[in-house]
Amino acid sequence: MSGRYEIRLGGSGGQGLILAGVILGEAAAIHDGKNAVQTQSYGPEARGGMSKSDVIVSNEEIDYPKAYRMDLLLALTQASFSGYVKDVKPGGLVVYDTSLVRDVCEGNYRLVGIPIVETATRAIGKSMVANVVSLGAIVELTGIVSKEAVEKSLMGRAPRGTEEINRRALHAGYDLVKNAEQKTTAGNR
Amino acid sequence: MTEQRETRRIRFIQGNEACAEGALYAGCRFFAGYPITPSSEIAEVLGEKLPRLGGRFIQMEDEIAAMAAVIGASLAGVKSLTATSGPGFSLKQENIGYACITEVPCVIVNVQRGGPSTGLPTGPAQADILQTRWGTHGDHPIIVVTPSTVAEMFTETVRAFNLSEKFRTPVVVLADEIVGHMREKLVVPATGEIEILGRAKPACDPSEYRPYDVSRGDVPPMANFGEGYRFHVTGLSHDATGFPTSDAATVHADQVRMTRKIYGRLEEIEKSEETETGDAEILLVAIGSTARSARSAVRLARERGLRAGLFRPITLWPFPDARVRDLAKKALAVVVPEMNLGQLALEVERVAHCDVPITGVHSAGGEAISPAQILAAVEKAVVR
Repeated sequence: MSGRYEIRLGGSGGQGLILAGVILGEAAAIHDGKNAVQTQSYGPEARGGMSKSDVIVSNEEIDYPKAYRMDLLLALTQASFSGYVKDVKPGGLVVYDTSLVRDVCEGNYRLVGIPIVETATRAIGKSMVANVVSLGAIVELTGIVSKEAVEKSLMGRAPRGTEEINRRALHAGYDLVKNAEQKTTAGNR
Repeated sequence: MTEQRETRRIRFIQGNEACAEGALYAGCRFFAGYPITPSSEIAEVLGEKLPRLGGRFIQMEDEIAAMAAVIGASLAGVKSLTATSGPGFSLKQENIGYACITEVPCVIVNVQRGGPSTGLPTGPAQADILQTRWGTHGDHPIIVVTPSTVAEMFTETVRAFNLSEKFRTPVVVLADEIVGHMREKLVVPATGEIEILGRAKPACDPSEYRPYDVSRGDVPPMANFGEGYRFHVTGLSHDATGFPTSDAATVHADQVRMTRKIYGRLEEIEKSEETETGDAEILLVAIGSTARSARSAVRLARERGLRAGLFRPITLWPFPDARVRDLAKKALAVVVPEMNLGQLALEVERVAHCDVPITGVHSAGGEAISPAQILAAVEKAVVR
């Protein structure tokens, strides 16, 4: 990776996407030694309302701190899918939750639909780790940060006593993508 | 336990957190404030750290009282800070004027959000540019610095404290929601890496102390309350003794002196950054997070063969008249992007004397100005 890589994590307030962006940015900036900027935008509500977290990763200096031509969009609500998908750059990647995003439009980007919230709820037992499952999926898909980096960053931010559940959630995210990719390969045969 | 360290540390933190760390590094040991988005993280960090460093943190009943408490703490000899956003900054104006006329060093952080009034609590703006200069009434000088990165939220807060101590004046750190909430890498300097200034103390016997004695320079030495130097502090115009006077000649001379103490030493206060201004035909002038978009726009313009350059005031007030005038003279057009309907542009127009067409790029709805918007204005300026 040489230039600018833009990630937008879009959803609603309370889903933990701002924290996911912080963990991702910290993994890139501190543990992988790249440059990263994380910004966020949210409404005045404590929960609900649009919420987004942008992470820019680059080997060069980062001027404009917001995503405007995204390499990767994660959508955890229909509104964020519909609102932001037009700003995904040609050939970019759109990851969405299959239970929360039903109206999916095709475009000049790769669509990856995975059951993020369902995995958090059923496999891990806590819907609130959907943000960490998302992180695992993003890292497995893109390699934008190393797994060592994201795990260090996650462990540094996880409240005491939640390390194990967060680690499991991250790995569940890795596996979601691996399984989805295997299915795609099998389907193509 | 001490906050400062022998070695540098690298952290990935918010601009607001960096501001709080910068304040501690500068020796700030008192914070009074009232929480308000998007500045609250500054209070949050200091609320946790100040008591552990032997400092004091007070959440006051409102912003007016917070500003008053900061002035009181500083009079007692403690470097003091308050942080707020537009609605709170409006409330603080009365006491900022009090700090100006009593020449009490203190630092006020304003992380700008959309206004007026409650406006857009979580949306960025740069619409307090003129308020920082003229928000409190009367002729008064003030220093305002405008960080554009997380690292600068640290270093400019340190510089704000140094300037306030050196010149006995309130200094405003004018940030915006994007810079305040953005996270980036910060290399926290080791102890001693940045020089920390304190205020000049009186050398005379306490019985001979006159708090506004300017016989040896425009910045009078300042005694701490409680050290035996008894003096009077008032918001009324006063003479060298600190007691009120309405003698026209004395008051006029003091007003002139207070302005001269800042405007007469610009070389110690001014700070700016230039990108590709050497041969710039299109000059961009921008501050804060908008300057980051403008720098992107300069790169995009250069890729298209357009000679664009950026002047970024880091010290916003006193406004860098001389340099802006020089650069505007060499330019064919000036573009001023800002998250308001045109405030910085007024200053550029004032110093450029209509020698050159000036266009603004505005955003007042709580969204950042993109590099593409600025590039479009640059391209339009070239056609004209």
